[in-house]
Amino acid sequence: MPPEFSMHLAQASEWATEWQHLFYFLLGVSVFFSVLIFSLIFYFTIKYRRRYRDEVPPPTKDNLALEITWTVIPSALCVVMFVWASSLFMRNALPPAAASEIFVVAKQWMWQVQHPEGPRELNELHVPVGVPIKLTMASQDVIHDFAVPAFRIKKDVVPGHYTTEWFTATKTGRFHLFCDQYCGRSHSSMVGWIIVMTPVDYSQWISTSVVAGRSLADLGAGLYHRYGCDTCHETGKGPSLRGLYGSRVKVNSGQTIIADYAYIRDSILTPSAKIVTGYAPIMPTFQGQIGEEEVLQLTVYIRSLTQPSSVEREVVKR
Amino acid sequence: MSTAVDALPRTNYLNAEYGWRSWLFTTDHKRIAWLYLVAITFFFCIGGLAATLMRLNLIEPQGALLEPSTYNKLFTIHGLIMIFFFLAPSIPAVLGNFLIPLMIGARDLAFPRLNLLSWYLFMLGGGVFLYSVIAGGVDTGWTFYTPLSTTYANSNVMSAAMGVFISGYASILTGLNFIVTIHKMRAPGLTWFRLPLFCWSMYGASMIFVLAMPVIAITMALLMLERFFGVGIFDPALGGDPILFQHLFWFFGHPEVYVLVLPAMGVVSELVAAFSRKRIFGYTFVAFSSIAIAVLSFFVWGHHMFVSGESIYSGLVFSAFSFAVAIPSAIKVFNWTATLHKASISYDAPMLYALGFIGLFTMGGLTGLFLASLATDVHVHDTYFIVAHFHYIMVGGAVMGYLGGIHYWWPKMTGRLYPEGWATFSAMLVFAGFNLTFGPQFILGYLGMPRRYAVYAPEFQVLNVLSSAGASILAFGYLIPLVYLTWSARYGPVAGPNPWGAKGLEWTTASPPPTENFEVTPIVTEEAYAYIANVGRDG
Repeated sequence: MPPEFSMHLAQASEWATEWQHLFYFLLGVSVFFSVLIFSLIFYFTIKYRRRYRDEVPPPTKDNLALEITWTVIPSALCVVMFVWASSLFMRNALPPAAASEIFVVAKQWMWQVQHPEGPRELNELHVPVGVPIKLTMASQDVIHDFAVPAFRIKKDVVPGHYTTEWFTATKTGRFHLFCDQYCGRSHSSMVGWIIVMTPVDYSQWISTSVVAGRSLADLGAGLYHRYGCDTCHETGKGPSLRGLYGSRVKVNSGQTIIADYAYIRDSILTPSAKIVTGYAPIMPTFQGQIGEEEVLQLTVYIRSLTQPSSVEREVVKR
Repeated sequence: MSTAVDALPRTNYLNAEYGWRSWLFTTDHKRIAWLYLVAITFFFCIGGLAATLMRLNLIEPQGALLEPSTYNKLFTIHGLIMIFFFLAPSIPAVLGNFLIPLMIGARDLAFPRLNLLSWYLFMLGGGVFLYSVIAGGVDTGWTFYTPLSTTYANSNVMSAAMGVFISGYASILTGLNFIVTIHKMRAPGLTWFRLPLFCWSMYGASMIFVLAMPVIAITMALLMLERFFGVGIFDPALGGDPILFQHLFWFFGHPEVYVLVLPAMGVVSELVAAFSRKRIFGYTFVAFSSIAIAVLSFFVWGHHMFVSGESIYSGLVFSAFSFAVAIPSAIKVFNWTATLHKASISYDAPMLYALGFIGLFTMGGLTGLFLASLATDVHVHDTYFIVAHFHYIMVGGAVMGYLGGIHYWWPKMTGRLYPEGWATFSAMLVFAGFNLTFGPQFILGYLGMPRRYAVYAPEFQVLNVLSSAGASILAFGYLIPLVYLTWSARYGPVAGPNPWGAKGLEWTTASPPPTENFEVTPIVTEEAYAYIANVGRDG
């Protein structure tokens, strides 16, 4: 038996601990009913085995009370499971407002991680222990899935959408990162590591990895000029992007949309879909022109324009 | 009870006509059942071969013998063949075809020629699918998720999708045929609540065939439109939505899962009644639970998408429905178990399969609760836990039911008995091999091993080796019946009309039955499973 074999799976996040309690409850219910059914079958088949070839036993009358009992008890247990599981899920559906944000771009067959401060990683994600981390994820091609068994988390990374997932690591160490959604030839090689560090180690790691002027928002600013976004959005030909993020935008269809990441992304890739009221649909599409990483950089830059004088580093914390 | 018989009936449906035309152009439901039996056995062998190669590969973490691209094709082919070309037609098209007219005292199905057309559509679909395999295979997974299948896969997606598209029509027509037959062709006196429970479950399965199969046909058509003509439906780069595909696919896909296990539940009800010599406890509850499962199965599809970014509120609704569908399944298990109480239980091979079904289906059903529950699903979704869970339902459930049914009705189909010792041995081999194959996969999934991995982390090796060892036992468990059943069809001892001493109209006619099934139309005056007691309550 290889030494690394173990039936134990680390519980390395806050969610993992809560998840484990619910899991044990479901396991208990399952074991109870399995043992009940198995023992009854075993007992009956021995006790009531056929004694002679032509034996026919007397019929048993149906029993309504019994039918109701074994309908009501499992139903009640299901209600308990449903309420417990759903409330746990709902409580953890949204990341805390203070979560640090990290961006993930999935493509066949690798994980690209972009920290707002600038460091970029491939198939690895360094995070500090005890800090809520929110991942904003995009896919360049097909559907992938960012799964970390030790954290008990998993979320599909869907092309055309941003999906998010979050966790607070409670243990330092290296934990598996798997792609859990089949994504083509090398799906099973689309794996990596989550490296959870003490806050001291983490700040050391990030400070050695940061290159001045290369934060996500800096890179986005470069793209903003390179693609000529400023020629319209800074001159009044297009709507101003300053203070855009998080604001309410009125579009031609009459809808009012909150300008979040998804809206900014859509407006870059398919600008004609949602035209801001009062402007002409003159913006060219960037679909197929720029990748998801660049879209993310632009999006983070546009978000940083919320406070015109702010320093890009501020993007890290909401 | 059975009496010694020396010879088969002089004329029966098997020797009524000779020559290949008499089989390929037959409209006799019993002969069409044989056409299906031969075809799906062939497909089962291909699907099984693919599984064997996969399990061999997984003995080593780095893959023992296959390139990842080959492995990906194997699990795709395994899934598609087993779902669409083995399990879906298995009990309905073989046993349902053979038995429904016999059980309700009819001459044939309502539309005999439509029945033959179903088989030809099935074979056409199967042929087109086999072409995709021979031409190099398909590697999208049986779920065909977009935009992988429409834009990125370089394999034979078009022909595979076309094969599935065509074979769906075979199931629609079969379902339609069964529904009309059960409504209109029951013998005098055979009221709904005198029907054998097998007919109830086939009725539920037929409802699903008629309602769900058109959806997969539409989905495959849209997929082919996007892949071949570049019409943007699912690929976001073309303005589509990949999640739309999942809604369509699982709106079909989850009812499909129940259409595989519902017929097996019907078989198990027949087996438990026959080998306990008792009416199924809570007949009406078991009957209506089939219908409840068929109806509820259409409202649970979103539980396949809890981690896809689906709205948490729709997640809540789908979770609630998924828990609800567990209840009728539990009712069935409790009633089967209660039937055994104060029964007269024999350990013939079909009964071993039925008892195995109840145990394995119970485990498959209970582990389904982990997937219906929003929170626990997050971790085990798309891992080996899912693989183990649905194999407990579809192999532990549907295949055990199918094998039990084939053994039970084999004397009726062929007029001959198989060697009981070998049958008992292989039933136990299947049960043991199955648990060793799929039991460890629950633990693998809990530990986080993703499904559809050609290579994996080394700490998962021990459990994978166990699983592969179990698969080799399981393979023998499947091969042995193939040998002795084939042998017995020619050389087995003559069975007589009712070798089990069972109730049911199919046991009142000769084995094998005459082409017209019954010499005179039977008149039914009693409920199903009306065994007449010959011992006291303490006997």
